[in-house]
Amino acid sequence: MFGRGLTALSLFTALTLTTAFALVFFYAPNDADQGFIQKIFYVHVPMAIVALIGFVIGGWYGLKYLRKGDRADDLRSYVAIHLSLILGVGVLITGSIWAKAAWGHWWVWDEPTLVSFLIVFLLFACYQPLRFSIDDHERQARYAAVFAVVGGAFVPLNFMAVRLAESFVHPRLGTTGDSMPGSMRLTFLIAIIGMAALYATLWRYELASKNATFQLRALRRRLGGDEDSLPRRSAAPQVLS
Amino acid sequence: MPALPLDDAGPYVAGAYLVFFALILTYVGIMARKLGKIERELIELNELAAKGERAAEAVRA
Repeated sequence: MFGRGLTALSLFTALTLTTAFALVFFYAPNDADQGFIQKIFYVHVPMAIVALIGFVIGGWYGLKYLRKGDRADDLRSYVAIHLSLILGVGVLITGSIWAKAAWGHWWVWDEPTLVSFLIVFLLFACYQPLRFSIDDHERQARYAAVFAVVGGAFVPLNFMAVRLAESFVHPRLGTTGDSMPGSMRLTFLIAIIGMAALYATLWRYELASKNATFQLRALRRRLGGDEDSLPRRSAAPQVLS
Repeated sequence: MPALPLDDAGPYVAGAYLVFFALILTYVGIMARKLGKIERELIELNELAAKGERAAEAVRA
């Protein structure tokens, strides 16, 4: 049962995100350096953090699948990476909008933070084509899990490498955070909690939806109308057990 | 670069938040379509089960 507690989680998400956006526009002051444009950070940075953590979660469940062979872990890994890719699209677009306003360019190729995120995004964008290219479900799950583990391990390494890089053109949260006023810090914290809750809600929602499809398929087979119920070639996991 | 005035920065900020909401709404829309498919399949299976029950009753009679 993936849908258990989904109502409470959804309400928590709605509450925290609404609070976060209200704080962004009615409580947090304009940044002294960037002005109003800095408000983009309250949606861009939490999305980036949650997307990267989502890739690591995908790797974690991939590792669990390799150790125990539970198909539910393959499904959890797949959905985690799928959602992180969606958030990744948002990170790249909102980041480009901010870059255009702040730097006058939609994209800057010599900025390590931007390029490293793009590399991580493109790496995981290969995950679904990889799954789709493998017909056998068992092999698909195993290869995808290995990919998720390697990709998931690459994320923190990549993050550390960028932190160690010399360029400080892109604003750093950890280094500028000390000078951040309390109102901005609180707003940012609630925005991160809201985004993490949104990710968790959508993750559980999609898991419940996929599980419902699997159960329906099993029921159709039991009732004898199984012509269309056999798993088709797909990037998504097609069977739970 | 100096900070953009509010009039110039506003559309960028609105654009970024709209991208976020558009992404979430698109995702919810796709999930809603899948939910509709599950509903249709459930109706189909319910009819299949009813047909099976009717056939079993006919055999008993």
